[in-house]
Amino acid sequence: MNIVVCVKQVPDTEAPIRIRPDGSGIDESGLNLVMNYYDEHATEAGLRLKEQFGGSVTLIGVGPERTKEALRTGLAMGADEAILVSDVALLGSDHLGTARVLAAAIKTLPHDLIICGKLSTDDNAAIVGPALAELLGLPQATAIAQLEVDTSGGTVVVHREVEGGVEVLEVPLPALLTVERSLNEPRYPSLPGIMKAKRKEIKTMSLADLGVEVPSVGATAAKSALTRLVPPPKRQAGRMIEEDAEKAVAEIVAFLKNEAKVL
Amino acid sequence: MDAKEVSAPVAGGSFLISETAPGEVFTPEDLNEEQRLVGQTVRDFVEREIVPNLDRLEEKDWTLTRDLLRKLGELGFLGINVPAAYGGAELDQVTSLVVAEELSLGGFSVSYGTHIGIGIGPIAYFGTEAQKRKYLPKMVKGELIGAYALTEPTAGSDAMGIRTRAVLSPDRTHYLLSGTKQFISNAAFADVFNVFAKVDGDKHTCFIVERATAGFTVGDEEHKMGIRSSSTASLFLENAKVPVENVLGEIGQGHKVAFNILNVGRFKLAAGCVGAATHVIREAIGYAKERQQFGKPLAEFGLIKHKLAEMAIRTYVAESMVFRTGGLVEGTLQGLHGDPAESMRALEEYAVECAINKVYGSEVLGFAVDENVQIYGGYGFMEEYPAARAYRDARINRLFEGTNEINRLLTTGMLLRRAQRGRLDLIPAAMAVAREITEPSLSEPVDGPLAEERRLVNMVKKAALFTAGVAVQKYLDQIEHEQEVLAGIADLVIEAFAMESGLLRALRALQRDGAERAAIKIAMIRTYINDAIPRIDATARTVLAAVEEGDTLRTELAGLRRFLRYTPINTVAIRRKIADQLIAHGRYAN
Repeated sequence: MNIVVCVKQVPDTEAPIRIRPDGSGIDESGLNLVMNYYDEHATEAGLRLKEQFGGSVTLIGVGPERTKEALRTGLAMGADEAILVSDVALLGSDHLGTARVLAAAIKTLPHDLIICGKLSTDDNAAIVGPALAELLGLPQATAIAQLEVDTSGGTVVVHREVEGGVEVLEVPLPALLTVERSLNEPRYPSLPGIMKAKRKEIKTMSLADLGVEVPSVGATAAKSALTRLVPPPKRQAGRMIEEDAEKAVAEIVAFLKNEAKVL
Repeated sequence: MDAKEVSAPVAGGSFLISETAPGEVFTPEDLNEEQRLVGQTVRDFVEREIVPNLDRLEEKDWTLTRDLLRKLGELGFLGINVPAAYGGAELDQVTSLVVAEELSLGGFSVSYGTHIGIGIGPIAYFGTEAQKRKYLPKMVKGELIGAYALTEPTAGSDAMGIRTRAVLSPDRTHYLLSGTKQFISNAAFADVFNVFAKVDGDKHTCFIVERATAGFTVGDEEHKMGIRSSSTASLFLENAKVPVENVLGEIGQGHKVAFNILNVGRFKLAAGCVGAATHVIREAIGYAKERQQFGKPLAEFGLIKHKLAEMAIRTYVAESMVFRTGGLVEGTLQGLHGDPAESMRALEEYAVECAINKVYGSEVLGFAVDENVQIYGGYGFMEEYPAARAYRDARINRLFEGTNEINRLLTTGMLLRRAQRGRLDLIPAAMAVAREITEPSLSEPVDGPLAEERRLVNMVKKAALFTAGVAVQKYLDQIEHEQEVLAGIADLVIEAFAMESGLLRALRALQRDGAERAAIKIAMIRTYINDAIPRIDATARTVLAAVEEGDTLRTELAGLRRFLRYTPINTVAIRRKIADQLIAHGRYAN
């Protein structure tokens, strides 16, 4: 089974995010960048399928040169190959642009299954996976929490956690899946894995290599633009009411009515 | 390290008598992609597998301890420095520092460190082919766990004074070991023990003793102040029958095993202390941001900022010296990692630096955990909060792998011995300094970035050489009886290595990343050096006053003053800036 996993490099979720003073983005200096956690689960899903059915796992990322570090993590987990599409013309590209680039790259690869994280923890958009499926004309199932392959029928059966229950879908291959974190527990890269990954070459491709026209993916093609990024408002300190029950209740009700205006 | 050019090997201890260029030191910023990925992996492992299990580990759930060790074995982390032929990863010493730094959470790190350092280490370094084939592959997988038994009730620091006896059986197939070992880490669950005993009453020898050996029993678990999630117990040997092929190294050469393994242990212990300090700083920042008093978070108060900044400054300095030493060891190895004997020689060359790292790293951690308790206030004294455990866990680091007192004596002792043997030109350097002190002006015009700090580092080295020279001239070979003097000189040497390591790292960052990105490192080392000078001055004066008196003393003190004159900088403002950066990042960062 030929599996392609899409990988994005994002700031470590534990790192405090500092927004650039002009609101144009986040300040990346000194920020620890890692593979998007959902993509770790996507990689794990791919590796398990490969272990079960054979084939290969190819990682693909779009971003600056440093994205190779995230791809290297996936190689160290056990992926066979990695490709980075990197091009200055991609600056200012929106999610759809990224999906177009991925689609162009994936078209050049044999693929039975494409696996993406449900979303990336930096911008939480959850757009690239579904857009990519559309562009490739593939069936898709998003946010899956369970995955089984029916080799006889050439389909996958997936579970999606929906309000009040579980939705079970059968999807014909080739297909695109986006995964939930509850799908699996990603493995740690092993020391031999890390050393093996070190020797693997990460293929870097430009838009020209893929035959993608710059105007279709860069800032000019973007259907949405970032206006500005603002930090969440500072949380106000709580107020303690230290009265006996009767008085306290009255005060809280008054607060809910007059200040919070929820009653 | 392959990306970085390897300079010609630097003699151990030579930092004291020669100048090092920033381009010649290894710094944490030089870690390559794989080394950083190794660090990230261990960090994730600790977060996911160890942190959630701290309480169970503290309750001495040895099954869990062994499971975690086995998991680390599956990932290859038990065989970092073991040759590939025995299932190891055969990695460089810098990578093993990265692992030691990340795997530094309380008692489990002791179980791990004991297994790979003094369990696997002696067999990997000194074992015969048969011994290595028999034990290493299983130990690397975590199927067999190792331990090390040197200490006895009456022989701690005096490691040569052990009383355990080994007697060859009449048929010459076995040694019969009798004696008591105490404070043995991993005792409760280890399978293989490297046990030291004396053959024929005086031949210090190491033996591989398997747990199932007849006549070998493990005593009750000790109740310890800290690292309670590690096992510590006594071993009792009553004519324990050990096959002759289990002699590790040569008969009568046990001290070589013991001392060489200690170099590795000290090297890694310091890295572990840095990692633990990093962890504590993070907790302290987290608490200081959350806890409100007088209507604002603790993190906004100057005295708390002072503490956070100082914890980070000292950690930065310790981290700088640990990785610098790692780079020295690697420089000598020239990328050869398959031959444990080579690693051993490289570490022996830097035995002085290893001892310095051990003392300095453990004392930085001691400082950090103490200030952490202080930041937590009354809650710091309560066992429900993590500050108390970190405080208890840290204390052992100043005791094991040689007490800090022993390591101070070793620092000066080994330097003097290297000088005697002509491996370090300490004597001419000390004589040059003694001459310089009588000259009208000190010839040290320094310009360029951090000029004043570079000048001060040079001057501190001179003060150390001068003081040591005075003491050696007075006591000659009787100096070994003057422990206070030796330890005082060690403190001067340690400070010189500490401040220079931090300074070279800052200069290297400045060259590579520019002033803005190196700003915190520069702020940290400027503050550190500023505060170190009066400490160094006081120590040197104490030593000189113990050695000389009258006019000679007065002349020497005048000379010392010339070396150590400086104008204080505004460290209050600088520390606030450092603390603000820490608070913004939520963790130790520079």
